[in-house]
Amino acid sequence: MSDVLVVAEHRRGELREVSYELLTAGRRLADAAEGDLHVAVISGDVEEYAEDLSREGVDAIHTVADGEEFNHDRYVAALVALAGDLDPEFVITPNSVNGLDYAPALAGRLGRPLVTDAVAVDVDGEGLVVNREMYGSKVETVIEVAEGPFVVTVRGGEFPPAEAVAEPEITAHDLDIGDLGSTVTGYEEVGAGDVDISEADFLVSVGRGIEEEENLSLIEDLAEVTGATISSSRPIVDNGWLPKNRQVGQSGKTVTPTVYLAIGISGAVQHVAGMKGAETIIAVNKDPNAPIFDIADYGIVGDLFDVVPELIDELN
Amino acid sequence: MKILVTVKEIAEVADDFQIADNEIEETYLEYDLNEWDDYAVEEGVQLVEEGLADEVVAATIGPERAEETIRMALAKGADRAVRVWDDALEAQDLLDVETKADIFAAIVEEEQPDIVLTGVQANDDSFGATGVALAERIDYEWAAVVNNLDLDLDEGVAHVRRELEGGLEELTDVDVPAVFTIQTGINEPRYASLRGIRQAQSKEIAPKTLADLGLEESDADSVLQVAEMFEPEAEGEAEFLEGDAGDQAGQLADVLADVGVLGE
Ligand SMILES: Cc1cc2nc3c(=O)[nH]c(=O)nc-3n(C[C@H](O)[C@H](O)[C@H](O)COP(=O)(O)OP(=O)(O)OC[C@H]3O[C@@H](n4cnc5c(N)ncnc54)[C@H](O)[C@@H]3O)c2cc1C
Repeated sequence: MSDVLVVAEHRRGELREVSYELLTAGRRLADAAEGDLHVAVISGDVEEYAEDLSREGVDAIHTVADGEEFNHDRYVAALVALAGDLDPEFVITPNSVNGLDYAPALAGRLGRPLVTDAVAVDVDGEGLVVNREMYGSKVETVIEVAEGPFVVTVRGGEFPPAEAVAEPEITAHDLDIGDLGSTVTGYEEVGAGDVDISEADFLVSVGRGIEEEENLSLIEDLAEVTGATISSSRPIVDNGWLPKNRQVGQSGKTVTPTVYLAIGISGAVQHVAGMKGAETIIAVNKDPNAPIFDIADYGIVGDLFDVVPELIDELN
Repeated sequence: MKILVTVKEIAEVADDFQIADNEIEETYLEYDLNEWDDYAVEEGVQLVEEGLADEVVAATIGPERAEETIRMALAKGADRAVRVWDDALEAQDLLDVETKADIFAAIVEEEQPDIVLTGVQANDDSFGATGVALAERIDYEWAAVVNNLDLDLDEGVAHVRRELEGGLEELTDVDVPAVFTIQTGINEPRYASLRGIRQAQSKEIAPKTLADLGLEESDADSVLQVAEMFEPEAEGEAEFLEGDAGDQAGQLADVLADVGVLGE
C-alpha cells in the first residue's frame, strides 16, 4: 500500500484552485497505488482550510497551524516532519511559484527524486510515470522514474477540481519548525493602470514575433481599425514596450474576451493560463507547430508582417 | 563578494521537426543561452558595477559546444567560467535535478560564492528546480522567481520581490548567503559589445570532469528515463485559414465580422 500526501496552497486567506485539482490528481495516484490520500495544509486558518479540503476521495487531513502566509522554511520543516510520520510514497505539490519555492528543497531534504510540472501522473509497477512538456510545449514526454519514494509538482489546470463533500479524519500537528531564514514582509499588487484588459471584448494580443518596438505601430493600426484593445505576452512587457497592465498570463492578467487574436505568440503554458477562457481564439504564427494552435479555434500559418497589413486593408 | 551564476546552453526546436528514438533529431535543434540565465548574468554584472560584488563566475554543465554560449555570458561581463562535462554526463538522456544540484554544489564548494544566481527555469527541459535544490544542498537560504533584488550587505540580508501569480508580488527578506532564481524582466540584459566579445576570447573557461570536482561517475546516473516523446495532442481542432496572406486576411475578416466583435 502506497500513500499519497498532497500539499494544499492558499494565499491571503483563500485556498487556491490548484489545491482542489491536486486532490483529484492525488486520488488517482492513490487508487493506482492502492493507498490512502492524505492532505497537508500549513499556516493560516488551517481549520477552515481543512473543512474546505474535506472533499471526495480524501482520507485524512493534517493541519500545521504555524504562521499566517507561505514561508518556504516553514513548509519544508513541516513537510519533512509529516513525511516522516506518514511515510507517503508520493508527495504532490502545486507547480506554482510557491511550489517551486519549496518542492525542490523538500525533495533534497527527503533524499527523493523530483519531477516538476507534471500534466499527468500514473503508477507502473513500482515506478512513477509522469507526462510533462518540454521545449516550450512543442513536445510532450513520458518520463519514468524508477526509484521512489517521489516528489512531484503538478501543473495547475490539468485535473478537474475535487467537488463532493466528505468527512476525512482531521489531525492537528504541533511541530517544532525551527529557525526561518526568510521572512515575508508584505505583498503588492502590480499592473494596475488606465486600461483593464480583463474587461475587453476583443483583444489583439502581440508577442515576441513582432521583433522590434517600432513594429508595434502595425498592431496599433490593427487595433484602431477593429476597435480592439491591445494586450501582449510577457516578453513585450519585459522589454518595456507595453506596460505591465497589458500582460496576459500566469503572472499577468486572466482574460475572457469574445475574441482573442494572438499575433506572433507561441502559446507557452504561462501565457495560455491567462487566455484559454476566451470564447474564440485566433492565432497568427509562422510556425505550424506553435503550441498556440493546439488551443486555437482558427489558425493562420503565416508571417504576421504579410497577414496583418492585408487584414488592415481588408477592414478599411 | 563573489557571485556564481549558473548558465545553460539550451536547445531550441525548429518550426518543423522530427522525433526519432525519443529525441528530437539534432538537425532540428539550435543552441542558445537560456533566456532566464541572460537576466541572471546581467543581475550579477550589475552588482559588480554597483560596487556590491567583486567577481562574477559563470558555471555550466555542458559539452564543449556550450563554450560558444558561455562566451556570450563572458562577453556580457562575467569574469570567468567553469564548464563541467564528461562521458558519464554525456551518456544520460535527461539529467535529473539532483545531479545538477550535486554538480553545482561541488562548484560552490570550490568557489565559495556569497550569492548564487540561476534562471527561474531552462526553456528546454523546464524543470524550474535547480536553484532551490542547490540552495538546499549547500545550506544557503533562497528565493524563487525573483524580479527585484536589493542587497543589504551590512545587515547580511537581501530584500527581494518574488513574482507570484496574477500580478501579485511578495516582498521577502532573505538571509545571505543565498541562491536566487531570477525572473525575466528584473533588468534589461545588455547586448554583448564588440569589445566585450573580443575580451571574452581571452577569459578562462575551465573544463572540469566529475572526478575533478570530487564526484563519482555514478553521481551522473539519472533516475529519469524518457520513455516516450511525441507532439502534444491539440485540445480542439483549429480551422486553418488557407491561401496566400491576402486570402487568409479576407477569411479572418469574415470570421471577425461573423463573431460580431468589429466595433468602432
Ligand atoms: C514563472 C513564470 C511566469 C510567466 N508568466 C507569463 C505571463 O504571465 N505571460 C506570458 O506571456 N508569459 C509568461 N511567462 C513566459 C513564458 O514562459 C514565455 O516565455 C512567453 O509567454 C513567450 O512569449 P511569446 O510567445 O511572445 O514569445 P516566443 O515564445 O518567443 O514566441 C514568439 C512566436 O512568434 C512567432 N513568430 C516569430 N516571427 C513571426 C512572424 N514574422 N510572423 C508570425 N509569427 C512569428 C514564432 O514562431 C513564435 O511562435 C512566464 C514564465 C515563467 C517562468
